[in-house]
Amino acid sequence: MMSFLKKRGWVFGLILLAIVFPFLSQNDYFLHVLTLSFIWMIAVYGLNLLAGYTGYLSLAHAGFFAVGAYALGLLTVKAGINYWLALVLACLITCAIGFLVGLVALRTKEHFFAIYTLCVGYIIYLVIDKWDSLTGGVRGLIGIPAPANIGPIAFDTDLSQYYLILFFLILTVLVMYRIVHSLSGRTFIAIRNSEELAQTIGISTMKNKLLAFVLSTFFAGLAGALYASFIRFIGPDIGYITIIFDFLTYLLVGGIGTLAGPIVGTFLIVTVSQSLQFLQDYRMLIFGPLLTLLIIFYPRGIAGAFIDWRMKRSLKKSVAMKQKKRYVQPQADSDTEKRIKEG
Amino acid sequence: MDILIQQLFNGLTIGSVYSLVALGLTLVYGILHIPNFAHGALYMLGAYVTLTMMLLWNVPYWISMAISVLVVGLLGVLMDRLVFHPLRHAPPIHDKIAAIGMLLFLEAFAQLIWGADYRTMETPYGQVIDLFGMTVTMQRVLINIGAVAVMILLYLFLKKTYIGATIIAMAQNREGANLVGINTNRVAMLTFMISGGLAAIAASLSAPINLVFPGMGHLVILKAFVIIILGGMGSVPGAILGGYILGFTESLGATYISNDYKDIIAFLLLVIILSIKPKGLFSREGF
Repeated sequence: MMSFLKKRGWVFGLILLAIVFPFLSQNDYFLHVLTLSFIWMIAVYGLNLLAGYTGYLSLAHAGFFAVGAYALGLLTVKAGINYWLALVLACLITCAIGFLVGLVALRTKEHFFAIYTLCVGYIIYLVIDKWDSLTGGVRGLIGIPAPANIGPIAFDTDLSQYYLILFFLILTVLVMYRIVHSLSGRTFIAIRNSEELAQTIGISTMKNKLLAFVLSTFFAGLAGALYASFIRFIGPDIGYITIIFDFLTYLLVGGIGTLAGPIVGTFLIVTVSQSLQFLQDYRMLIFGPLLTLLIIFYPRGIAGAFIDWRMKRSLKKSVAMKQKKRYVQPQADSDTEKRIKEG
Repeated sequence: MDILIQQLFNGLTIGSVYSLVALGLTLVYGILHIPNFAHGALYMLGAYVTLTMMLLWNVPYWISMAISVLVVGLLGVLMDRLVFHPLRHAPPIHDKIAAIGMLLFLEAFAQLIWGADYRTMETPYGQVIDLFGMTVTMQRVLINIGAVAVMILLYLFLKKTYIGATIIAMAQNREGANLVGINTNRVAMLTFMISGGLAAIAASLSAPINLVFPGMGHLVILKAFVIIILGGMGSVPGAILGGYILGFTESLGATYISNDYKDIIAFLLLVIILSIKPKGLFSREGF
């Protein structure tokens, strides 16, 4: 337990910081921005599972985000269902659509997959935009209720919603940690590294790819549903392609295929773009080249670069130790090697 | 009947523009195996450069277009040198994301320089003419003739010239081309130059019948992707054929099915094709 605390101490530090943050800063605006960035993080985690760990770049996730948001909005506003039931249903609906899309989309590979999902995302956007009678078209959907009370706990203030979404974020990270370190997670990585090889050693790639796809749409749907109840208003814009590019930027800057990446990237970009508010529409002038340069020089983002640096350092240390003591440390060595291979 | 002929002509016009854009995309894909998402931004910049030349310095339409071809072509070369060349050996996910980064940058750039509002481009060929019983504007006729001329020129260039042959050789087998002494880097740059130029021509031709705005490349590039999948990634005749198929489908669909959903038609077409044949309609056989 103590060694775990020592090793993962910074995780608890971060959670603690997030919990006490509202008391440190009384600024409602910061709270609002932070809550929003938590929602993005959940969606980016979903994308990360698919793009980072399984190696399939899905450009439809803004669409799934919108599906989650609209499912919750429609269920609560038009059908009048209880919020929590609607939240669960919204996630399930997104998963169901994700399953159907994945079933077909995952037969394609690489470029075809990216283009296919790009088109699926665009179809979702167009359907939401044009299906006036159901979604309200360009006018959007208003009057989405805030999360309903759970017993004595009410979620009608910004502060309570902040904690609720923080709770969901922590849950997401935990689940993601479990997935990535499970046999399924290892299988996803195997598929990313070489699909043919994975197939050769007896992995049912289609089943696992589909699992990764549905899981990742689940998180996109959850984030969308939370977004709808936090902002209380949704329009078709949330399904537009620019949103998926935002997600990608967050993921890439933070580090694709790393657990810390989504949090680091989203937090950094959201805070930087908030301080560059005056740039508004022009922020892509900075982020576009940044994204490109990052991909060229740091393909695994900030978190990835940090992990690589630490691994190199530990490798150097063990080499130095070996030279000094003149004996081999098979345990540490094979461990580092294993981590390098797993990427 | 009248409506049908009119719509067929419209389909031809739209198809010509799509084909030109898809040609540039398919050339780059054939050579470098990169789905260049930033190609739509090149299309958009092509329209803006022509527009600026005409408005600012009163340069005649055709000369503006030539300048635009040059500027956007060089931009394509720059893109290859600065971004895609360093990424040559990266995993396939990376150059897609790099292309998206450039797309975002170029769009924001256009918005910074020219503003976000919709603009119209004046054309010296605005007059209405009577063509086989249809009333059409001169510009639409011009789009068709121009596009076909460019396609023929490109075909002759690829098939009859030495440089064209190097492009085809590289598309067929990169290592092989390298072995027989073709400078693959130079061919890649040339391909990007042609690709940018084609986008600029398409944009300059079609801008007078559409509007010019920073996001104008979005739909066009998405449809160009549909087309090159339709026609086989990397195939030149496939891109031309696919462009016209999509053009006709769209203009007929808009009339006889629903104008609201006409943009969905293209994407549904793609989703259906890829559902049945995950590798596209025709497999690639190097031009």
